[in-house]
This record gives sequence, structure tokens and C-alpha cells, in this order.
Amino acid sequence: MTQDMYADPSETSQGKVFTVTGQDWDSISQGLGDAADERVVVNMGPQHPSTHGVLRLILELEGETVTEARCGIGYLHTGIEKNMEYRTWVQGVTFCTRMDYLSPFFNEATYSLGVERLLDIEDDIPEKAQVMRVLLMELNRISSHLVAIATGGMEIGALTVMTIGFRERELVLDLFELITGLRMNHAFIRPGGVAQDLPPGALDEIRDFIALMRKRLPEYAALCNANPIFKARLEDVGHLDLAGCLALGLSGPPLRATGYAWDLRKTEPYCGYEDYDFEVQTWDTADAYGRFRVRLNEMSESLKIVEQAADRLAALEGAPVMVADKKIAWPSQLSIGSDGMGNSADHIKHIMGESMEALIHHFKLVTEGFRVPPGQAYVPVESPRGELGAHVVSDGGTRPFRAHFRDPSFTNLQATSVMSEGGMIADVIVAIASIDPVMGGVDR
Amino acid sequence: MTDNTPTHNTQDPSTDLVAGDQEVKRAVGSRRGMFGVQGTGDTSGYGGLVTPTVYPGDSQRPFGGWFDEVVDALEARLRSTELDTAVERIVVHRGEITFHVRREDLPFVAQMLRDDEALRFEFCSGVSGVHYPDDTGRELHAVYHLLSMTHNRRIRLEVTCPDADPHIPSLVSIYPTSDWHERETWDMFGIQFDGHPAMARILMPDDWPGHPQRKDYPLGGIPVEYKGGSIPPPDQRRSYN
Repeated sequence: MTQDMYADPSETSQGKVFTVTGQDWDSISQGLGDAADERVVVNMGPQHPSTHGVLRLILELEGETVTEARCGIGYLHTGIEKNMEYRTWVQGVTFCTRMDYLSPFFNEATYSLGVERLLDIEDDIPEKAQVMRVLLMELNRISSHLVAIATGGMEIGALTVMTIGFRERELVLDLFELITGLRMNHAFIRPGGVAQDLPPGALDEIRDFIALMRKRLPEYAALCNANPIFKARLEDVGHLDLAGCLALGLSGPPLRATGYAWDLRKTEPYCGYEDYDFEVQTWDTADAYGRFRVRLNEMSESLKIVEQAADRLAALEGAPVMVADKKIAWPSQLSIGSDGMGNSADHIKHIMGESMEALIHHFKLVTEGFRVPPGQAYVPVESPRGELGAHVVSDGGTRPFRAHFRDPSFTNLQATSVMSEGGMIADVIVAIASIDPVMGGVDR
Repeated sequence: MTDNTPTHNTQDPSTDLVAGDQEVKRAVGSRRGMFGVQGTGDTSGYGGLVTPTVYPGDSQRPFGGWFDEVVDALEARLRSTELDTAVERIVVHRGEITFHVRREDLPFVAQMLRDDEALRFEFCSGVSGVHYPDDTGRELHAVYHLLSMTHNRRIRLEVTCPDADPHIPSLVSIYPTSDWHERETWDMFGIQFDGHPAMARILMPDDWPGHPQRKDYPLGGIPVEYKGGSIPPPDQRRSYN
């Protein structure tokens, strides 16, 4: 076994403790000696490349069969919900976008929709803001599913799936950078609308991307769908049927892979999803392969929605992207200056030289923020991983009294035990990859 | 602070304040001053203003839409089991319905909501804790969002318990998904869910003292220094809340 200066092999009351770093099974089995036929408890993670970030797995093994599997989480807990209670309602977006870092727009959207419901301005959100939200969320769904498929492929040794997955994701991130200025942590969807209008040329870039993805997505299907190794690793692994999904609260691709077409975009439409033409994707195998196929097919559907959103945006040039109420709408417009993105020169000129009232509004909204009437709201959205909802509570102040996020990764990860117990240890990795947990969202 | 300054939270927070046609509003705590600034920062003369924090109050029939069907079905079931006081209040606000359930009856109510054909709330989205320090005798709230996929309806259950007796029955046997959610609520708020199979911390380390999401638990932090200036940590900055 490997010598580790921080973790010496040691005897405990539970037996001998080994540190395993890979390529050293022979020395482990020799070191075990007569104890080899007894139960072995393997600690995997929290720093293991196959555990999707800092997830810790505690596996009890009998040979290569997993008899018990437990998760240890909390290694990425950053107190985002607590921190949000100390910032204004708008600043909250900057925090919650960092939770599930592969689907930032969904975090922002569910929070903003909740705040808008409490403000009772749901019907006042400009159409262009809603279309831009849909556009960004669907692009985000594509990039998130690409990572799910890419990392899932990498973990079973299909490195090509990983490289092509990240190749396409980079194109989506380029679009995000063009539209929001950032590749992640955008804080772009805000209570009342979105932060900025589309930049010039964005629609052309989006159309180019759609055309390219129409060619690329079939490559994934050709590479994976009937690939015998891929199927052998994924089929009948991590099985969880509809009853199990409902009991454990699983939503998103694991639920749809049981054949149940439950998608909040159809059942409880938000941001105008009822006006888009797309199909809910299902599969009927309830296993890791089905979840892969659901994700792959959903990317094509998302592409359809992106195309429709782009068409609408072309007809909405110059339309407002923020609610008209000046007591809520963020006052400043941003523009690119010689020193980067900042308040536009026109806006500075307006508040500093022309309008005292505009200056007061700017100052009040930026330092103090707006007040939200007391109450609570929960507006879930269909994130790439399932039902993501923010329980937003206000006490009438300028800050969230409480913001709690029901993150689908957190809930879905509870299925680790039922998906992997009784199976092979190598299948644990596949089962967890098929849930696609993002630890930033799990631990918040 | 002078003697004639009103002390914090002078009203009994649970009194019914305003009786309107449709709803009775409820005040929980109060807000001081006009600009949210505490102490000497407020030189406006409005520092003594006390505004009660009024949450949406009980709603009366008709609740509107499918709300009445759900309430009727639930009340019919509760009456037949002689538990008709299990639902203390019903609040409809911003198109969402909230049932305030007496804590000892929570498992029965949840079971009925899940199993009754007219209700069928088969999906629990989880538990969210909220700490209202000014809600005397019911400081800790556990909020459940239930979803009926059969009928495509969503409701909210709210259960309270006092700080001195932070116990709420667990729903793990009815909604197994509550397992981690209840552990998180215990971890963050100190609510103990009786009957939970393994009531352990989940996000914080096992030996962590205190429950971080409670309002009496400080945020913590250190001053941020930048180009010679020093900005206090977020919870000590001037705030306008």
C-alpha cells in the first residue's frame, strides 16, 4: 500500500485502515492477509475525480459487490442562503447564481420569479426579458447536459465523449460571455427582468451555434447510442422506477427516464414556456442509459426552443428588458468603456448633471434596495437536474428574510443507496453520474 | 437610547391586527424608524416610528379556483377522523395556498394529503425552515411544499414549534425524500424531527456548535481591506433593512 505522510496505515477498533491512491490493489490485498474475506469499508472521496466534486461515498463491500452505500455531503457548504439574508433582494441573485454552478441561470430564474411573485409584478415583466430568460435557460440546459454526458463518459473511460462534450460546451459559454459578459456567475436574470439588452450581433452568433449543433448532436448519438461498451456499462445500472422516484422526490431526467413525462415547463409553465413548441423527452428503461438518452434528446428540444426564442428576439429589437416601475428596476445602464464594463457615460451624465431625482433614485436603489411586501412564495423551475425552487420569505424589508433553495441535486442524491446497493462497485460511479449531482447545489 | 424610546416589539405579535372583509392580518414583530437605519445614523426624526410587520392573514371562503376543492376534500377527511382542528389557519396569498397545521397532527394530515384520491399530493419538494424570533411561542417554522402530479396542484404546509420545545414529527415514513431535508433543517435551525431514522447534521461538521441559519446566529466575517480603506463585514455594515 502507498505510504502517505498524512495518513499512516493504522489499527483501529474497527480494523486496519489503509490509504489507497490507485494502482496498488496487490499490496492492499497482501496487507489485508487473512482479513480479506471480512467486510471492507471503502471511503471514496471527497477528493475523487469520479465523485462529481467534493462528494464523499462510504461503501461497504463484499468482494466487488456493494452491500451498503452512504453519502457524505457538506464539503462545499458556503452558507449562501445565510449570506443572502444580509444583502439586498437584487444582490441575492449574485449569491444564488453560484450554487449549482453548471446551471446558474436556473438558480437566478427561480429566485427572481419568487421575488416577482411577492412584489406582485409577475404580469409586468416585459416580454423581451421573458424571452431572453428562456433563451439563456435553454442554452444553459444544453451546456449542463453536455457536462453531464461528458463527465459521465469520462468516468467510464470514454474520453472522446468528454472531449467533444466540453468542446461544444465552450461554444455555449462563449454565447453566455457575449450576452452577459461572464462565462458563469452571471447574476443576469434579476427581479424585474434581465440586466442588459442583447448586444449587437448576438442573434447571428446564436443562429450560427444552432446550425452547428444541429450537425454536432447527431455525432453524440452516433458515437454513444448503440456503442456496445457504452450500453454494457449503462444499461440496467442505477435502476429506479417511478414509485421509487416519487418516494425519494427525484425529478428531472431520472423521473422522465421511467417513462413519466413530467416537466414543469409543460405542467406549470413560467416565463412564457407555454408559447414554445417542444416535446417532453422520456425513456422507459429507468436506468442510467435511459437518463443519458433523455438528456441527449432534451438538448435537441432545447435547440428548438432557442431557435424560437431567437426568432422572437429578432422582432423585439429595442424593447425594454426591465420592468417599467422605476422603484424596482435597477437604474443604471451598463456599457463598455475604456476600462471595461461599467455604468454608461450617458447615465452618469444624467444623474450627476441633469436630474437630482434620478440621482436620488439611483442612490436609494443601489444602497438601500427596494422593499418586498411580507409573505412567502415558491416558484419552481425545471432545471437540467429537476425541480429547482426557491422558497422566498419577506418580512417587508429590503433583504430576503429567508431564501431556501430546493436543489434537485441534493434531493436526487438521496437515491445513491437504492441505486447502487447490491451492484458492483464500478457501477456506483455510473449510477451517481446518471443522477448528475452538482455539489455546489447540493451543499449551497 | 432614552427611556421614552419604544422598546422592540411592544405589541403582542400574535394579535389579530386588521379585520378586513376577506382576511385577518397578523403582525409578527415590528420595524423601527423609516429608513431602516439603527442608532445614531438616523437623524431624520423618524427613528421612533414603529411599524408592525404584518404577514398575510387567514383567508375566508371562497378561496378561489381549485383551492376550495382541496380544502373541502381535506376537511371531509379530517372530520371523519375527528381531527377537524388539525388545520389551524388557511392563508391564500399571491395565488399560493398555505395550510397551517398543528404540529402533532402533521403526519396524519400528510398521510391524508398523499393517499386521498381527491388530494393525491404524492410528491414532497422538501422542508424549508424559517426562524421568526418575534413570533412568540412559535418561533421555528417548518415549511413543506407538496405537489400533486395527478391533479397538477401545489400546496404549502406550515408547522410551527416554540424555541423552548423544538420538536416536530418526522415525515420520513410518509415522504422518504424528507430524510435529508429534515436533517438539513435540524442542522440549520435546530428543529428536531421526532421519528427520523438518523437525525444527524448533514451540511455542517458533526461537532459544529449551534445552528447557523437561526436569526440569533451571527453571520461572522472579517473586515475587507482594499487600497487602504477598510469595509466592515456584511452584518456590521450600515444597513437599511
